[in-house]
Amino acid sequence: MIAELGHFALILAFCLALPQAFFGLVGAAYNKTHWMDASTKAATGQFVFAAMAFACLAYAFYVNDFSVLYVAQNSNSALPTFYRFAAVWGAHEGSLLLWLLAQALWTLSVVAFSRSLPQVITSRVVGVLGVISAGFALFILTTSNPFERLWPAATDGRDLNPLLQDPALALHPPMLYIGYVGMSVPFAFAVAAMLAGKLDSLWARWVRPWATIAWMFLTIGIALGSWWAYYELGWGGWWFWDPVENASFMPWLIGTALIHSLAVTEKRGLFKSWTLLLSITAFSLSLLGTFLVRSGVIESVHAFASDPSRGLFILVFLGLCIGTALGLYGWRAQHFTSQAGFALVSRESFLLFNNILLVVATVLILLGTLYPMFVDALGLGKISVGAPWFNVAFLIPMLPLAFLLAPGMHASWKRASFGRTKRLLIALLVLALLLGTTIPIAVYGWRSVLSSVGIVVALWIAFASLIEPIDRLRKGHSLSASVLGMSLAHFGLALFILGATVVESYKKEADISLAPGQSAEHAGFVFTMNELRNVEGPNYRAVEAEIVVTRDGQQVAVVYPQKRVYRVQQNPMTEAGIDGTWNRDLFVAMGDPLGEGAWSLRLQYKPMVRFIWLGAFITALGGLVAACDRRYRQRVAAEATQPVAADAKPA
Amino acid sequence: MTPRRRRLILVGLMLLGVAGAVVLALTAFQENLLYYYTPTQVSAGEAPRDRVFRVGGMVTAGSFKREPGSLEARFVLTDYENDIVVSYTGVLPDLFREGQGIVARGKLGADGVFVAEEVLAKHDENYMPPDVADTLRKQGDKRVTTPIATSTVENEAP
Repeated sequence: MIAELGHFALILAFCLALPQAFFGLVGAAYNKTHWMDASTKAATGQFVFAAMAFACLAYAFYVNDFSVLYVAQNSNSALPTFYRFAAVWGAHEGSLLLWLLAQALWTLSVVAFSRSLPQVITSRVVGVLGVISAGFALFILTTSNPFERLWPAATDGRDLNPLLQDPALALHPPMLYIGYVGMSVPFAFAVAAMLAGKLDSLWARWVRPWATIAWMFLTIGIALGSWWAYYELGWGGWWFWDPVENASFMPWLIGTALIHSLAVTEKRGLFKSWTLLLSITAFSLSLLGTFLVRSGVIESVHAFASDPSRGLFILVFLGLCIGTALGLYGWRAQHFTSQAGFALVSRESFLLFNNILLVVATVLILLGTLYPMFVDALGLGKISVGAPWFNVAFLIPMLPLAFLLAPGMHASWKRASFGRTKRLLIALLVLALLLGTTIPIAVYGWRSVLSSVGIVVALWIAFASLIEPIDRLRKGHSLSASVLGMSLAHFGLALFILGATVVESYKKEADISLAPGQSAEHAGFVFTMNELRNVEGPNYRAVEAEIVVTRDGQQVAVVYPQKRVYRVQQNPMTEAGIDGTWNRDLFVAMGDPLGEGAWSLRLQYKPMVRFIWLGAFITALGGLVAACDRRYRQRVAAEATQPVAADAKPA
Repeated sequence: MTPRRRRLILVGLMLLGVAGAVVLALTAFQENLLYYYTPTQVSAGEAPRDRVFRVGGMVTAGSFKREPGSLEARFVLTDYENDIVVSYTGVLPDLFREGQGIVARGKLGADGVFVAEEVLAKHDENYMPPDVADTLRKQGDKRVTTPIATSTVENEAP
């Protein structure tokens, strides 16, 4: 019964998305208040039924209803309750339902937080979001129904993929999806502005918090995925330039460009059409990512269910969304010209370079991701673009970007003179040069010019991002949330660059063979295998090694790497033994038995690897803080009803 | 400077930068492409001798050999037309086993043995490298029921 109820709720959600779209868009076009009211009511209803469908599926998982095909494929009666809940989004059908729920939640938030906006605007936004919701609901209903019955019912399920039985990965898809879907809000605002033919600073102020929050979720989602890959896949890498990773990274890069471009549009009324294009592109890339991941057109290290009809549906949907939005853009773009000018050295031009470099990086990653697909489609052979290329290609635009960041943060609008900060910035650069070259060389030794450059620029950004908060606190001035958020985000980025540079420059990896009682030396540590034992988990059995790590005779850590075999799917899984301190990780993963009691082990020494995720989370926190700035909430009704208050005062 | 001239300089700088970045990236592109070959193509001598490439196929049952205590493993990779011997030193992926489809990256040695630097196995027990699936399909083999991955197992990450 519960599955049919869920299916019915899903159909109702689809049916309500249609009037939400129709009344929202048409009501705004003809300025019919009742129609627009109906649209927001339909949006609320759509949320209720999407949540109900989701709850029904979760309940089916909770009670182990193996007469539901999706549950039978992705759960098992021995699966711990927490993972049974996480299994709801463990595969294609359920994750799309999560997508739909996230979409409804964003729509509801727009309705709730936009009461002070002109109703015509909100209504258009809700209408566009309704079109997207309807598209996704139809996609689920026609190609990926999670409520399909299995007859006769399975006696037990096939279990959740062991790789996904992990706390970080239980959270990773929801975060990523909320971020992906959140990009639809700036997209909807962009379409609304184009339909209205009007885009002013106020519009940018409305969109900014939405774009920033969506970007924050995307940041957390990607960071969680990277962290999970690091400790769960057993390779100890944190980024693989895998097509699936790239699919999530491209919308992030464009989202980053968008939040910077929005700043210019809000403060100076410039970059209007550019901001519109970025809003469209960010969401289009989210859809493109979904298409790439769902259709199976690209080879990824990870397995994905591939189904041509699903790919085709998303491709058509993607085409419609991008086509309509770009068509509208072509039709209306001439309305969005900016009059104000700015000097060659000004915050505007720094942000312009930021945008261009981020877009170049995105284009290069898109090229590397899609090129093998085109070559294959043209029958020119099978190729792949390896991580080395992405590393080089990504650094080309990112290095100048990193160096422009420190002065960019302190440039003033219109014409930057820097004044006193100029000398301070130069002094900090000199300090960064001194510390960034001497300390790493003293601690880790010389590696390469590029390593030193990375460390120096990271330190420079870190120092520069602290100038303003410290300055204001010392003078007793108040520190606005947007300044604090910006400083935090850039400080987090600096930590990320530092961690990524140090770990990639100084990591040490070795595959060795070890039997109980034997030791091996690696990166200045001695790894001794004390014993091997069998361990029983709730739904797996494992061989566990006890490995004692010593340095200069002193015990540093004991790690317990495991090789697990999950009972249902019988897939072996590596559970790495990791000892982490703030400045290094020791990572031991078990390979396979080599005979005579010996096992192959992968030992890794990863200096400062934790800075990567710490930095990413601080960056995300910065986004959250910035989005909470008071001026986004202080929208007095008078201001909102006068949208012609175009170019706001330069800050 | 007039605003017009300033804009021209800015646009010029931008174009120069973007063009430079693209040229650099494309130069690196040619050098970093990894080509994919089947065991049949390797046996026919179509694969390069001095360059890293990828080869994909199924690990032949009963072909896996490893000296006790040694990290070096040898196995035969097949596309059911031709075979190639692969040698790999190190930790093999979790899902590596006989009868499983894998992709190896490495160089061809002088003795015709493919020395792998990296072995990738899909997290999917039904996985078959696409070319192997194509070959089997051409032979009308029953082992291929659905294209490439038939798994219900999915993950969104890393």
